[in-house]
Amino acid sequence: MPTLDRKPILLDFEKPLAELESRIGQIRELAEENDVDVTEQIRHLEAKAVQLRQEIFSSLSAAQRLQVARHPRRPSTFDYIQAISDEWMELHGDRGGYDDPAVVGGVARLDGRPVMMLGQQKGRDTKDNITRNFGMASPSGYRKAMRLMEHANRFSMPILTFIDTPGAYAGLSAEELGQGEAIAYNLREMFRLDVPIICTVIGEGGSGGALGIGVGDRLMMFEHSVYTVATPEACAAILWRDMSKAHQAAEALKITAADLKGLGILDELLTEPIGGAHSDPLKAAEILKKALLRNLSELDQMTGQQRRELRYQKFRSIGVFAEVTA
Amino acid sequence: MSLFDWFANRQKSGSTTPQGQEREIADGLWTKCEACGALTYTKDLRSNQMVCLECDHHIRIFSDERISQMIDADTWVAIDEGLQPVDPLNFRARKAYIDYIRDTQEKTKLADAVQTGLGQIEGHPIALGVMDFRFMGGSMGSVVGEKLTRLIERATQQRLPVVIVCASGGARMQEGMLSLMQMAKISGALQRHQENRLLYIPVLTHPTTGGVTASFAMLGDIILAEPKAMIAFAGRRVVEQTLREKLPDDFQTSEYLLQHGLVDAIVSRTQLKKTLAQLIRLHQPVSSTSHVVPRSSIKALTKIAPD
Repeated sequence: MPTLDRKPILLDFEKPLAELESRIGQIRELAEENDVDVTEQIRHLEAKAVQLRQEIFSSLSAAQRLQVARHPRRPSTFDYIQAISDEWMELHGDRGGYDDPAVVGGVARLDGRPVMMLGQQKGRDTKDNITRNFGMASPSGYRKAMRLMEHANRFSMPILTFIDTPGAYAGLSAEELGQGEAIAYNLREMFRLDVPIICTVIGEGGSGGALGIGVGDRLMMFEHSVYTVATPEACAAILWRDMSKAHQAAEALKITAADLKGLGILDELLTEPIGGAHSDPLKAAEILKKALLRNLSELDQMTGQQRRELRYQKFRSIGVFAEVTA
Repeated sequence: MSLFDWFANRQKSGSTTPQGQEREIADGLWTKCEACGALTYTKDLRSNQMVCLECDHHIRIFSDERISQMIDADTWVAIDEGLQPVDPLNFRARKAYIDYIRDTQEKTKLADAVQTGLGQIEGHPIALGVMDFRFMGGSMGSVVGEKLTRLIERATQQRLPVVIVCASGGARMQEGMLSLMQMAKISGALQRHQENRLLYIPVLTHPTTGGVTASFAMLGDIILAEPKAMIAFAGRRVVEQTLREKLPDDFQTSEYLLQHGLVDAIVSRTQLKKTLAQLIRLHQPVSSTSHVVPRSSIKALTKIAPD
């Protein structure tokens, strides 16, 4: 988990809250110095802070949620894997000459049972981010993911994927190695696998790059995660011809967990600790683990064939159109 | 509306796109090639399937013309023509999506960016989908996803090969995540088609990009491309921005993809129908007796066999 003693990184809408909290600190200090009892006042202010935090985080706009989803301290795939598994071992490589650090995964034990866990991994600091290419996977990342999923299918391990990427990497080498093909292949082959597949958007679900490990029996999203067809920035540049309209694009694109639940795309919304997953990563991990276990126990009741049918029908039913008969 | 009517209307009302305006000179009798500038008698150009006689440039064509080039006369049966786009997100950018749909339908006489149907290629029945770049850049929303999925499902049921002519800017942003999920939906249908050992051949034409490239365009058992088509996951400008360096001139062309092992063959439009028919024949099971025919009688057999 991210170390908690580091200085918090504040998002602009958290500022009133931070001010209130620093005022509480000041009062406490002053009271101690002057030996005055302010327990009652402090309790009152703290209750107010909790309320304020709740208010702020329950009414975030899409653009603000995007900020939370991209928060540098937001728990990553590694963080969740380490927090929820009894034991785990990372596995490497696509067996085609590459090991993409933007996609991580391995065999793990979840509540006593072997599972395959994998996902995109953003860096924890600038240096790590450069190594991991900000969580933007290359074609070899998608091929590595597929290799791990094939392995899981062979050994009857459920597959748990964690989605957290701004998008698939758009670079010369990625194009040459077939970024489109790598993602497409995963989309098709994930429909073939017999084992349960649960996909969870833990942060940013960036377009095809997210979907490349996102075909499952269940799609879950953390409350402040987003899932987008194109980044609001790109959408603003194309449809508004104005990058500064990104916040409008974020609203219009319907990218929040609540929106996607309404569109029939999302199966389960995971409520985050107040203040976002980064404010209490262990609590967030606990919420995730519970939801994973509950869904797994449901999917365990089915045969491989039934799960494949469920997966097929789940995606088959997505889309809104009118049909007029001639 | 028949293809003939479409052209008749087009000539009467003049061209509808700026590109088309350039193309049609002197009432459409002559056409100027946008690549080499050569003026060609439109009738000759059309009989060469809109491939420039001087420089072999493949002038952009649309779904009606493509279908008539590829499918045997009087064998085309369009399906799911009644599917219409709606505006599920109530999306408005500079223009409301719903108005954009209506205007585009009015202009193109198309319901959305793909036509699907069943027909024959040199007598071989196939399921064919043809994307149309005129309709919002061939972008893929719910209708494109649903029509292609139904086409593939029907082909699986009737054990037909699928051919999809791709031309698309990618997922349609105005339908948000519903568009992105069509990539998975179509890929799922292709998985079942493939599992039934049926042949799927996408034909990549200019341009094929984004979510279409990252799904059905790249899932062919065999992938064909038209010469000099732009085929990409991320567009050239995006890649240039990421890298801040100049890219090779032929980056993301069909030829470049062939060189990098991503497509099987580049096929001239004039050879496309023939090539598809040949590939379909090559994937048909041989009658079981042919395996045990003694060598000496092969000559005699080929004499009586059709073709």
